[in-house]
Order: sequence, then structure tokens, then C-alpha cells
Amino acid sequence: MGKIEWAMWANEQALASGLILLAGGIVGVAGQFRGWEFAAYAVAAGVFVCLLEYPRGKRAKGTSVERTGQYCFTVCVKAFGPLTRNYYVRAFLHAAICVPGGFMLATVLGCVCLGIASLIYLAAAIRGEHWEPILPRKEVRKPVAESIKNPPQNPPPRPPPEMRRKQAKDLESAAYDNPIPVTSDE
Amino acid sequence: MGNWFVNNWFSAIIISVWMGLNIFIFVWFYFTYEHGEKFYYTRHLLGSALAWARAPAAVLNFNCMLILLPVCRNLLSLLRGSFVRCSRTMRKQLDKNLTFHKLVAYMIALMTAVHTVAHLLNVEWLNNSRQGVYDKLSTALSNLEDTDDSHDSHDSHESDDSDHKTTYLNPIRKNDIDPQQIPTYFVFTSIAGLTGVIITLALILIITSSMEVIRRNYFEVFWYTHHLFIIFFAGLVIHGIGYIVRRQDEDSYEEHKPLFCHNRTEDWGKIPECPTPQFEGGPAQTWRYVIGPMVIYLCERLLRFIRYMQNVQYRKIVMRPSKVLELQLVKKGFKMDVGQYVFLNCPAISQLEWHPFTMTSAPEEDFFSVHIRSAGDWTDKLIDIMEKLPEGAQGPKMGVDGPFGTASEDVFDYEVSMLVGAGIGVTPFASILKSIWYKFKDNDPKLRTRKIYFYWLCRETNAFEWFADLLKAQENEMEERGMGDFLTYKLFLTGWDQSHVNYIMVNMDQETDVVTGLKQKTHYGRPNWDKEFEQVRNENPTSVVGTFLCGPEALGKVLEKKCGKYSDVDPRKTKFYFNKENF
Repeated sequence: MGKIEWAMWANEQALASGLILLAGGIVGVAGQFRGWEFAAYAVAAGVFVCLLEYPRGKRAKGTSVERTGQYCFTVCVKAFGPLTRNYYVRAFLHAAICVPGGFMLATVLGCVCLGIASLIYLAAAIRGEHWEPILPRKEVRKPVAESIKNPPQNPPPRPPPEMRRKQAKDLESAAYDNPIPVTSDE
Repeated sequence: MGNWFVNNWFSAIIISVWMGLNIFIFVWFYFTYEHGEKFYYTRHLLGSALAWARAPAAVLNFNCMLILLPVCRNLLSLLRGSFVRCSRTMRKQLDKNLTFHKLVAYMIALMTAVHTVAHLLNVEWLNNSRQGVYDKLSTALSNLEDTDDSHDSHDSHESDDSDHKTTYLNPIRKNDIDPQQIPTYFVFTSIAGLTGVIITLALILIITSSMEVIRRNYFEVFWYTHHLFIIFFAGLVIHGIGYIVRRQDEDSYEEHKPLFCHNRTEDWGKIPECPTPQFEGGPAQTWRYVIGPMVIYLCERLLRFIRYMQNVQYRKIVMRPSKVLELQLVKKGFKMDVGQYVFLNCPAISQLEWHPFTMTSAPEEDFFSVHIRSAGDWTDKLIDIMEKLPEGAQGPKMGVDGPFGTASEDVFDYEVSMLVGAGIGVTPFASILKSIWYKFKDNDPKLRTRKIYFYWLCRETNAFEWFADLLKAQENEMEERGMGDFLTYKLFLTGWDQSHVNYIMVNMDQETDVVTGLKQKTHYGRPNWDKEFEQVRNENPTSVVGTFLCGPEALGKVLEKKCGKYSDVDPRKTKFYFNKENF
């Protein structure tokens, strides 16, 4: 199990939990359940968790696959610097967010799922993982070779224009000798 | 669109039948609960949420029955074998087993969501009824208890003292704790509620760990978490044993008609037309659906265990370049077909993990071989162990499960075959080419193939070596027998760079290819598929061409499109069929 990046799974689990919390919250509010205030909180918390978890982090090894349209979310999440980079912070954040969900049946499932995601993030943090944004690669231009910087100043030597113009009647004399020998490449 | 249909009509039919059954089951159970007379009082407490909970439950029963079947590989191999005489179409269908498994899983997830939401509403409304928040009828119904005279609520044939006996309708009996917590209390103290939460949690964990990212890159997480399905099925079977979905029982319905009595709650038990209504719960149904597949799957795992215990000897262990390990193994009674795969388990590395590998040997040989590339934890450790072995020693204990069939077996049925292998994906084709060589030598009449086009795409030259030897031998054989154009192969080196170009420019004039030593020259860069398909079509204007790929998804999509594009709906002209190897 050496190469497993727990954070990748924690991310999937947390995103799913956000959606479940959101769904439970919507049911609680729409159905005007007892304790609907907790459901309203769950809606907000669910949206927040989804926004936080939507941008997938970069894998330490191998190619990372972005989620569709995650670039703007990546930029936002990246802006919080160490708060979002560190998985200990995420683990405790999710643990804290999930607690109010336990006070009402509709949000209990979201609460437990988020709690599990928090535990997986804790495992990831203990193993030293951290969140890296997936950013588009900047094109690295190969350094231009020296000789290209100095193009020749003068045109190559040519015979005067009268001779260069092709004499249709007199092809033999119109041809001229090349100063450098030319061989055909077969 | 027309070409897609020609290639996939059977899949389309299976999906339609499955979807049709799902819709039928949903609608049938929906109407049973929405209009059933005996559920009149239940519906008064719950409204349509009753039907919205029960209909997905029925669909769930059906799909949980189906989900285990596509991964019973031995069963599928058995079915495949029995279809040998039947059409090729039927056998291709069985290769799409994993696709079907995923489809059924999505349906289970969707129905679980609907079922859960409906029950959230149900529990909330049952709680409110019990609290007396709603109308007189709801309160009266909720007050009905299981009294001492009727300990066993199913024993409603007691005719004496029927006026004093009552049975409950509302499963929520508690009303002395904080009303906001009663729903949670009820769910966690009833069998249905508790098992429901546990199995939904198991399902969520299974789904999140089965996402493509996790499955492809951290296979162990996916495999171990997937075993939560055991908890899922165990919980599912006992989920319904609490009899908590209530309806009026037979006898009570004879005596007490809801339509007449529903607004006479004060008179219940006092007037002859309205004795107190009696209720019963429905028995658990799920076990009827899932017991069969559970037994079959258990047999599969048992078979795997038996095969694991069988002795496997190492005939030869070779380390190939580019971290490719070749193992030649011998097992008593092991019979394989071309292009099949086996599952390997090495207890020295991991007790519980079984990994699939395509076999690279031909059925005509007296051993079977696999070529294993370094691709993760398990393979790395295996290569490590083998490297440290002394010369000629036996390797660590190896369990072998299989062989299991894939589309490669169909290669010989097509008059013309196009085989495309990318990188290590060439392995099933190694098996095929070797088998062809043997069949040729024996003049096997089963060989229907007249022409084979083989395309190998590879990034680095080193990986060519072990396969190049095979191709060289084939090349010589073909020359000797004068069958030069039976096999046309094209090698594509996709990872070339400047140094390659320089070397090749210098050695262009030699007869054999500088990279592989073969007569056919290596091409550079990716193949131009339009050109290739054109060439095949021109050279075989009236044939059925089978295209086989073992490689990345993206390439599969390209080939599938080209097959569609170059196929002619006219049955007299060339038709391309696409088959994909899948792990």
C-alpha cells in the first residue's frame, strides 16, 4: 500500500459528503422538518465543502486528471495558501463542519460521511501529503542557440541583374556557375 | 449513428430490456402502494412518500440481484463456452460485463437516493403524527398500540375479544424525548433504520473508492473497500425483517372499510360497522432476489480458493529489458485458449490481492507464460523478488486463477483481422501470433483467417526486444512457406527523438531495420489510421474485418470511430467490427 495517496480518496469522499449534506439539508428545509435550522446550515456547509473539494489536487506521482472546469476553483482555493494546502487543517475543518449535521436525521448521513472524509484526510496529513494546485504548464522555450542571434548582414554574392535575368533565346549563356559546388542528394 | 447501431445492436437491446424492466417494476409497485385499498390509512399518514419509498425499494431488489452476476467470471466463461456454436455477437456481449456492472451500480445509487429521501419524509411525518400535530384521524391512527392481547401482531385470527386487541400502524411509538431527536432515535433503534444507515454508508464508500482516479491509480484501495459489499448484502437481507411498513390486514379490511370509517374515529370499536382497524407488516422480500446470486458468487470465490491451493511450478524466469518480467509456469490440468488471462496471487507480497495478466504463450505449448511490466506496488515487489532469486531456483508460491476468456479468441473467426497493440498491450497478440505459427505448422483447418494486419505502437525501442524475437521467427517461417503476405505487420515508434533520427539517417540503406533487426521497417510517430483502414479496405473489398485493440481508451475511441466510418452497411462490402480488451 506504499504508493497510495490517501488525499485522492479523501477528496472524492469529501466531495460526495458535501453533496449528501446539501441534499439532506434541502430535504430538511423544503419539508420544513423539525430542526430545519440545522438543515439550512447543512445547505450552506454542503455548498462550502463542495466548493473547497471540487478542485482536485496534483498527484505526487503520475499524471493528474482535472475535473471539468476546475481551473477557477483551483485559483480560489490556492489563494488561501497554507490553510488549504495543509491537510491537517482540512481534517479538523471537516470534523468541525460535520458536527451540527448530527442533530437532525436528514443530515446525519452527510455528517457521518464527512467525518469519514476527515479521518482519511488525517491519515493523508500524517503521511506528509499536501495539496498542490493543478496549473496549466507554462511553455518553456528552448534557449535560442547563439548563431541565430546574429543573422547575416549582407545578402549572398550574386552576379549583376543583367546576367541574372533569364535570356529565353540564349539559355546556354544565361546559366551561370555556382561559386560553391553543388551535389545532388540521393 | 447507423454504423454504431450495426456494431452495438445487441448491447442496445439488453440495455433496453433492463431499463424496461426497471421502469415496469417501479410503476407496478408505485401503483400498488399509491392505490392499494389496504394502504389507505398508511397513505393518510404518509401521502405519496409511501409509494415513492416502496417503488425504488423494489427496483433495488431487482438490481442488487443483478449486480453480482457480471463479476462471476467463471459463470461467464461457462456461458461463453456454451455459446461457441452460437453467434459471435452473443460472446462479444459477455465482454461488456464490467460496463453492465457499473450501469447497475449507478441505478442502485440513484434508487438508494430516492428511497432514502422518501423515507426521511416518512419518518418526519410519522413523528409529527405521533406528536398529534396533524388532524384527528392521524392522531387516532398513531395512538393505536400493540396491546397485551395481541403480542404477536400477525396472529390476527384471534376472534375473541377483537374489540380490545389493537395493532399499531405508526411504527414510531416513542414520544417522551425531544421531538427533534425522535426521528434519529427511531432510525438508530429499529432494525430497518440502523441497517439502512450502515448499508448506505457502505455503498457511499464503495462508490467513492471506485471512481476512475482511485481505481486506476490506487487499485488496492478500490479492491479492499469494494469488499464492503459483504456488509452491504448482509445488511440488505435483514433490512426488511422488522415488518414496519404496515397495512390493514385481510380480516380487518372485511369488517372495517376506510372510506366509511375514516371520519368516525370516536366510534371505532363502538359501532358494528367500524371495529378498531388491525394492521400487519409485510415480510422481508429481498432475500428471495439476492440469495441465488450470492450463492453463485460464493462458489466463484471458493473456486478461486481451490485453484489457489493447487500447485504451480516455475519452468523459467526471465528478466527482460524495460523492467518486463517473463514467467513460464506449469500447472496440472491447466488448459487455455488464445489471448486469455489469469489472475495471479503471491502470498509473499500480499495475501489477499489477485491481479490479472494476459497470457503470452500459445495453447499448443506445454506451459503458460505471462509478461509482467512494472506498473505499481505489487508488480514492483514481484520483479524485485525475482531479481534477487539465485539462478535456477523456484520462485515464491504463486496462486493462479483462470483462465478467463476475452475477445481475442474470436481472432480466427474473422477472414481478416487487424490487431492493434499499444506498448505492453501487445501481450494477447503475442499469444495469437504464436498460436498461428503452431496452427500453420499443423495445417489446422480451424484457422479461418486469411490475412492478418498487426500494428504495434511503442514508445521506446528497448521494449521491442522480447517480441522482436517472436516476430523474427514468424518472419522466417512465412518466408519458408511462401506465405509472405499472410501476416503484414507495422511497427510504430512513437517516442523517437533527434538521436534516433541521426542514427537512422546514417543506416537507412540496410536491408533489415536498424531498431528491431526485422525486414519490415519501423515507422516513426503515430499511425495515420485513415490511411491504414483505407489500405485494408482496398485489399479486402468484400470481407468482414475484425479489429482488436489492447491499449488506451483514447485509441479505442479512435479505432471504434474508424471502424464505423469505413464499414459499409451493404453486407457485400467490407465491414469492420471493433473488439476491445479490457481490464
